[in-house]
Amino acid sequence: MKTAQGIARDVQSGESSATAELENSLSAIGARNEELNIFLYVDEAGARAAALSVDERVAKGENVGPLAGVPIAIKDNMCQTGIPTTCSSKILEGWRPPYNATVIDRLMACGAVPVGKTNLDEFAMGSSTENSAFGPTRNPLDPSRVPGGSSGGSAAAVAANMTPLALGSDTGGSIRQPAALCGLVGMKPSYGLVSRYGLIAFASSLDQIGPLSKTVTDAAMLLEAIAGHDPMDSTSLPEPSPSLVAHVNDGVAGKRVALVRELVEGADDDVVASVNRAVAALKDAGATIVELSIPEFRLGLSAYYLIAPAEASSNLARYDGVRFGLRVNGEDVAAMNEATRTAGFGAEVKRRIMLGTYALSAGYFDAYYGQALKVRTQMIDAFKRAYQQADLLIGATTPSVAFAFGSKTSDPMAMYLSDVFTIPTNLAGEAAVSVPFGTGEAGLPVGVQLLGPGRSEAQLFAAARVLELAEGRP
Amino acid sequence: MTSPLRREDVAHVAKLARLSLTEAELDLFTEQLGQILEHANDMSTLNLEDVIPTAHPFGLVNVVRDDVVRPSLDRDVVLAMAPDAQDGRFAVPRIMGEAP
Amino acid sequence: MTSTSAVSTLDQVMERWEPVIGLEVHGQLLTRSKMFCGCSADYIGSPPNSNTCPVCLGLPGVLPVMNRVAVEYTVRSALALNCEIPEHSKFDRKNYFYPDMPKDFQISQYDLPINSGGYLDLPDGSRVSIERAHLEEDTGKSTHLGGTGRIHGADRSLVDYNRSGVPLVEIVSGPDIRSSAQARAYVAELRGILIATGASDGRMEEGSVRIDANVSVRKPDAVFGTRCEIKNLNSLRSLQRAIDYEALRQIDVIEDGGSIRQETRHWDEILGVTSTMRTKEEAEDYRYFREPDLVDLDPDQAWQDRIRESLPAMPAERRQKLTARVLDPTPAQLDGVEVVIDLGLEAFVNAAIDAGADPALAIARAANELAAGIDDLHNLTLESFSATVRMEQSGELSSTQAKTVLGELLASGGDPKAIATAKGYEQLSSDSLGTTVATLIEENPDEWARYREGDEKLAQFFIGQVMKVTKGRANGKAVIAELQARR
Ligand SMILES: [Mg+2]
Ligand SMILES: [Zn+2]
Repeated sequence: MKTAQGIARDVQSGESSATAELENSLSAIGARNEELNIFLYVDEAGARAAALSVDERVAKGENVGPLAGVPIAIKDNMCQTGIPTTCSSKILEGWRPPYNATVIDRLMACGAVPVGKTNLDEFAMGSSTENSAFGPTRNPLDPSRVPGGSSGGSAAAVAANMTPLALGSDTGGSIRQPAALCGLVGMKPSYGLVSRYGLIAFASSLDQIGPLSKTVTDAAMLLEAIAGHDPMDSTSLPEPSPSLVAHVNDGVAGKRVALVRELVEGADDDVVASVNRAVAALKDAGATIVELSIPEFRLGLSAYYLIAPAEASSNLARYDGVRFGLRVNGEDVAAMNEATRTAGFGAEVKRRIMLGTYALSAGYFDAYYGQALKVRTQMIDAFKRAYQQADLLIGATTPSVAFAFGSKTSDPMAMYLSDVFTIPTNLAGEAAVSVPFGTGEAGLPVGVQLLGPGRSEAQLFAAARVLELAEGRP
Repeated sequence: MTSPLRREDVAHVAKLARLSLTEAELDLFTEQLGQILEHANDMSTLNLEDVIPTAHPFGLVNVVRDDVVRPSLDRDVVLAMAPDAQDGRFAVPRIMGEAP
Repeated sequence: MTSTSAVSTLDQVMERWEPVIGLEVHGQLLTRSKMFCGCSADYIGSPPNSNTCPVCLGLPGVLPVMNRVAVEYTVRSALALNCEIPEHSKFDRKNYFYPDMPKDFQISQYDLPINSGGYLDLPDGSRVSIERAHLEEDTGKSTHLGGTGRIHGADRSLVDYNRSGVPLVEIVSGPDIRSSAQARAYVAELRGILIATGASDGRMEEGSVRIDANVSVRKPDAVFGTRCEIKNLNSLRSLQRAIDYEALRQIDVIEDGGSIRQETRHWDEILGVTSTMRTKEEAEDYRYFREPDLVDLDPDQAWQDRIRESLPAMPAERRQKLTARVLDPTPAQLDGVEVVIDLGLEAFVNAAIDAGADPALAIARAANELAAGIDDLHNLTLESFSATVRMEQSGELSSTQAKTVLGELLASGGDPKAIATAKGYEQLSSDSLGTTVATLIEENPDEWARYREGDEKLAQFFIGQVMKVTKGRANGKAVIAELQARR
């Protein structure tokens, strides 16, 4: 399949058309969506109208934008006017938002063509896309395995060549982990770089929208299109979108890269081997390599599994059957709320709401939530110290390659552990990218993770590009 | 931090969160949430007395907007979302008590 | 216990007991748009749910953005209440399920409010401490169908979110208030301050100002008793009645050997009683935590200074200035001053006094006639008010005529002299008044005799007769002068 960069260039030059590119995308979806369960909704009519409008503007000689005619898949936790948006939850089944997320407006303004909504773990809570009320998504590289999660549908859409680009959201690794498991580039941008307005909240202080794509340049193009200050999001960083594409070939010469012991600890051997080969490739490209231990990373999981559920328990209170979505009746309003929530939420969502409610409740706040916020401070300080010794950090994205269906569903703790390498970045609000590098068990891709301080996206893409080139990808 | 939570804690939390659990779910959640909290005990040994908690990664302050009125949604669009509506309002079963 | 028997024993009981009262006053802020979205905050009279958007409906995915003016009004109110403005404040979520609250949490402020530690001095010289004044969002409004139309016994409820997200300042007093009358005076003064700062329109009858009262009783100088919170008092009258009822209820319980449970109580305006709404055990666990969708508020010195400079004079200062213009004010005149300050009518009064009018008369006309026509005040100019008061004072108009002229001016504006002429209010010449009085004395010899013997009440009789004959064209003072000349 063509890259987004290639499509945008061809559509703008008239060599191809948005309509033709969209039809390619729609037929790829038609061919495998039933088998893989990637798209929950395909907006054929809306996408065709958007593509046609791009083509008309090109015909008039207009510059449509950097993503002219590029089909893109949207994780189904981002609101798009009139398009069913479910968060893969029964509680939102049938709901059509009356407004666009800021990222949707920005994509349209850049000429991109949103084709539909992709499956996810319900309310983005999960690491395998098995927790969807609408069935699991299969990994296109090996349909007996999970695509990762929670942005499993978006990752699978790109891996299955249905769209060159997809938007995911990353609260504890939900872009990077599926990117790793599906052999893609996936970035969790700095907190506040991309507007969260219209992203259905899981954990507000951790959530970020980011790109999934096959190439580093495509990811940079997509992020550049959606990033930058948004007055609708109070936590949005004040500056405009950074220049990223222009820097993808900046390389790593002279950069200090630290291999972090805790980011390979417990990982499969072939995963560790890939990380080591990636370190060597960066060294070959002129980077200085150091080794670091950041013991605070070991506490990330504990802090995360109190902070994220605490915020979620409050964010998910509004699904009460009163204003939108599912209602299951009861004799009074409280009974109706309870019946609705009990029927509408899946087990993992209930588990996290319960955990978060407990962590915030009277008598437990200080011991759990309060303590977790302090660990978060320590995590931030630990990162700061690390960045005095290195420009970027490197490690694995996940401990293993894509795992089989059902292998972790009965044990929540085992599932949570698959996010152990990605969580520290979310707690610190910093940036990290997963880039495919080498293969592991059964020839499945391994993701190597590069981490950088806030606003280091350009450097991260440049380092990821070095690895991409080292792998012989164009 | 203390021992893993009790079954009645889980029942209380379910009530706060407006979820009803079957007896079997209550047992399962008690066990699973207990495990997660036990894992979180690795934080309890740390002396973090003097550490300032961070609820937010970046220190932005004073983000405000001007007091300008913008168009509201079309009322028909708003009410079309309602599971039940009457006389231009969202309808709900009877409310048992006043707001706290 | 009924409210009548309660009130009859109030004074006696209060010799042995002292109520301890703390008030939480919620005032809607007069911003144009809501606290976190661009919907109009002026919802009165709008069709239900027409002032709503994804943000104030709490739809999935939305985020709040703070209205700068809501912050400034809160700071203004607090500066007027002598509060500290801490360098650092934050917003928190107060979590509880309720259908009129779209997100099922309220954005409020828990441990770091915008303002803390101030006080309010009341006209009687007492001081009530202010613990805090914080910013929070209002909820929607429910209507109850079936049953009595009230919440209890209703079959279902309908919710309108037009009010959802309107900014509120919540002002919490210390437990310093010792009587329902003082509570009333405190709220009246606070209301005046909210109006003076421009923060609120202060309209209690429309729900712009709502009060929760914490009431306990103790023997004088004993430690505080257990308190009960009475929710949602919407007028000064119900505030006072509810506090009196509740204090007596508690005293009754204690004197009967019982003890007070800490609980939230509901005030029934019709029955005049409070009743249990929720006991302490049933109290919500609000799970307050920092609102992650908002950043902290650290009003810097420059911002605070700008707000402070824009602050107008407060009611206490204005009241003092106006009172100073009246020589030896009577209680009625002080009440008049109160009304004038409350309604912001002092420009009229000052203009009239500056033009030479008697301060007491100017205050009386403002506190009565202008107050009654407050909605039409835009038709009245400072000059036409001054001129009317002066015409009355000089005897050119009787007081009845002056009131009529003011009524006319309020209704449709114009020139007071022209109105007086059009109404035929030409003052009787003293000659013809003298003739009329002489005739009346002749016609009523008994009354005249009693008047001469010193029964001053008879003056009113003669004034009434003169007014009847002259169709109200005479001036009462002139009639008295004529009577006295013949005594
Ligand atoms: Mg409050
Ligand atoms: Zn709104």
